[in-house]
Amino acid sequence: METMFGIAVDGVAYGMILFIISVGLSVTLGLMRVVNLAHGAFAMVGGYVASYAAQEAGLPYAAALVVAVALTVLATLPLERLLYRRIYGSANELAQVLLTIGLTFVIVAGINYLFGPTLKRIPLPELLTGTVELGPKAIPAHRAFVIAAGAATLLGLWWLLERTDFGIRLRAAVDDPAMAAALGIRTERLYLATFALGTGLAALGGVLGAELLPLEPYYAIRYIVLFLAVVAVGGAGSIFGSAAAALALGIVDTAGKYLIPSFGEFFFYAALILILFRWPHGFFKGRTA
Amino acid sequence: MTALLEVEGLSKNFGGLQVSSDISMTLNAGDRCALIGPNGAGKTTFVNLVTGVIPPSAGTIRLDGRDITKLSAAERVRLGLIRSFQVARLFKSMTVREHLELAVLQRDRRTFRLFANVTKAAGLADEVAGLLDTMGLTQVAHTAVGSLAYGQQRLLEIALALAMKPKVLILDEPAAGVPHSESQRILDAIDRLPKDLAVLMIEHDMDLVFRFARTIVVLAQGRLLCSGTAKEIVADPRVREVYLGSRADAH
Amino acid sequence: MTSVAERDENGDSKGGSMTRRTPLGTPLAARRDLGWIGIPLVAAVGLAAFWLLPDDLALLTRIAASALFVLSLDLVLGYGGIATLGQAAMFGTGAYAAGIVAVNWNNDPFVMLAAGGLAGGLIALATGALILHARGLTLLMLTIAVGQIVQEVANKARDWTGGSDGLSGVDPAPVLGMFRFDMYGRTSYLFALAVLVVGLLVARRIVRSPFGLACRGVSEDPLRISAIGGSPKSYLVVLYGVAGVFAGVAGALTAVTSGIVGLDSAGFPWSAEALVMLVLGGTGRLYGAVIGTAAFMGIHHILAASDPFHWMGFIGLFLIGIVLFLPGGIASGLERLGGLLRGPSQNNGEDRA
Repeated sequence: METMFGIAVDGVAYGMILFIISVGLSVTLGLMRVVNLAHGAFAMVGGYVASYAAQEAGLPYAAALVVAVALTVLATLPLERLLYRRIYGSANELAQVLLTIGLTFVIVAGINYLFGPTLKRIPLPELLTGTVELGPKAIPAHRAFVIAAGAATLLGLWWLLERTDFGIRLRAAVDDPAMAAALGIRTERLYLATFALGTGLAALGGVLGAELLPLEPYYAIRYIVLFLAVVAVGGAGSIFGSAAAALALGIVDTAGKYLIPSFGEFFFYAALILILFRWPHGFFKGRTA
Repeated sequence: MTALLEVEGLSKNFGGLQVSSDISMTLNAGDRCALIGPNGAGKTTFVNLVTGVIPPSAGTIRLDGRDITKLSAAERVRLGLIRSFQVARLFKSMTVREHLELAVLQRDRRTFRLFANVTKAAGLADEVAGLLDTMGLTQVAHTAVGSLAYGQQRLLEIALALAMKPKVLILDEPAAGVPHSESQRILDAIDRLPKDLAVLMIEHDMDLVFRFARTIVVLAQGRLLCSGTAKEIVADPRVREVYLGSRADAH
Repeated sequence: MTSVAERDENGDSKGGSMTRRTPLGTPLAARRDLGWIGIPLVAAVGLAAFWLLPDDLALLTRIAASALFVLSLDLVLGYGGIATLGQAAMFGTGAYAAGIVAVNWNNDPFVMLAAGGLAGGLIALATGALILHARGLTLLMLTIAVGQIVQEVANKARDWTGGSDGLSGVDPAPVLGMFRFDMYGRTSYLFALAVLVVGLLVARRIVRSPFGLACRGVSEDPLRISAIGGSPKSYLVVLYGVAGVFAGVAGALTAVTSGIVGLDSAGFPWSAEALVMLVLGGTGRLYGAVIGTAAFMGIHHILAASDPFHWMGFIGLFLIGIVLFLPGGIASGLERLGGLLRGPSQNNGEDRA
């Protein structure tokens, strides 16, 4: 019987995974104004690469993680150049939806072809299989790790956007693309770098979250609605918005599943409608980090 | 006789930035008034305030005696306050004729007829033909706007405004961007606007201003600097300073 | 072409006359469909299929009913510019309404269609009024959410809908008292074809009406519509409602011809498939919906034996190809062909890209 604390921990961990995966989607939507429905597929690819690396190639967890993120980013960079670049801008919304759905289908079919339809696991290292003591309570080590990773991602992104050159250029380009270009900011390189960042984070989330979001070929289609919901509620381009939305949705969803299992989905979508109806630009209304 | 347009104490600030301060002016039927001022004087902001695109921070606007300060842009249009845009804003995929048909149907509130036929709507064909003729656009009636020359697009903008049977018409730089070869037609069209219509025109081209305007209003830095006839304005030293002074500073 | 679009103070793209395009990036030209020949052509092809493919009537019936559904999507997307992934909510509502009416009160097929249309229209009007102030991703999410909720409600209301087992035993009475729904599916198909043709006629009437004209304006430049005194949201809500009626009738038609209603009739995959079919055929042309549905379902039927993942990969590549190379769908390809065949003596202003 799950206690409230247990639900909270699971909810927060789940929310952190949603955040790590979705924040990349939020940033690419905010900067390049592209709705990338294939973002879930990128997360899935990351997870599968890690699973293969760990199970078939025998790499330790950390190495598998790094390899997964690196390979996923490398694989998707050409896609940015060849495909995504043609559909940036909010006037191309339908083209984006269709192209990225198509890409998702292709990736799903490809993953199934390469790895088959069964569930894939990423074996956790010893370190993450036990529990961690937090005063009187004990949290599964993996959950604690995920929560810590989420917090680190949040802080890292904040630092990146507020304290680095790259971040300043990114924020300028989001706020006023024409001006940024006029100031000599190389928007094309910026887009590539941002895309890589978003994909890398998705892959990271896919690996870290393999316990919570199981890896199977339909992953990309099953969970994309969740990631989109985080972005819509949090507001495109808002880091803190994504974090808040992800945690809120993660906790609501987990609580719903445990406490009122027969109405879980209904709860989630009703909450989504209410929030988006009241705040159509997202809860944090804007594109500032 | 009530003035058609009365603006009193219109002001707008964005946070700490005051873009329009205490502007008041009146337009009567048949007026031909030009709104001039250096760049950044707040002319387009003023028009946006009057037409309801942005809400004012203070002041009132009356159209034909009725307070419209709180009404939406579409509602003001329905009451007869019409504007044209500085950059032609038309439906690229529709033909010239379709634009005018839509404007007339919208004006007469006949646009929620789902099963009626546009071409058979009573009186529509005649009215549209008249407008096309007035603007000299009959030849291109069936051309999609995307294929029109820019000058013809601006003419269509004016035709569209007329189709809405305006009481007050605000033209935002009607000849801007139009090559000289085509601008004459636009100037002629403006000359031929209905006599009882009150027209306010934003313009930079002083030739056009002197040709068109019986009164001129000068804006600078969001404030009304002065107003009067062309002769009075030209003689006013403040006006010269506002225009020439800024040029002198640029050295 | 890929320069980042300008933004107004809300951060939305300043569409205006510069960057605003149709849903798939091709500029809409003055819309002419195939002219008066289009709909009789559909009827003729439909009847020909009846005689030429007597063993495939079940498939053809599904195609006809689905084409009506995809047509409803064309109304909102092709003529209103509303990108939605939740059109199946209206389809499912219509299907269940028709099924429930048939099982409990009256199984006359026309009554069933009316019930479906009414239900679909009401749901569309109610949800449209709530969500159509939104745009972009937010609107997309809202349409998905509405669809999921309808599906959930259908799932929970077991007593009426059969829940996850679906509603079965929908047994329509003979059409006009005379034509029984026989087990070969002949009546089903001809009935479905007739409803589709009538639907096309009504839709054509609507898009050529003053209302249709105004909606085209809204889809291209809502601000311009306000500038001539119209309310863009009002037009969109009514259009959404009308399309909801079409979708509801399509759902009811499916209930009539198949005798069952399942939860997936309101599901997200069905909404997405309709979108794919519409884009395949070409948006904003009404007949594009028919072409796209026939092509998609026909090809699916032929490839049905193979692994569903292969089908998915194929469709994925196809979608990418359409977006990159043929954004106007099959219809635009046909139109270009027709233009070539008719020679270069066309009106300059009316060519379609």
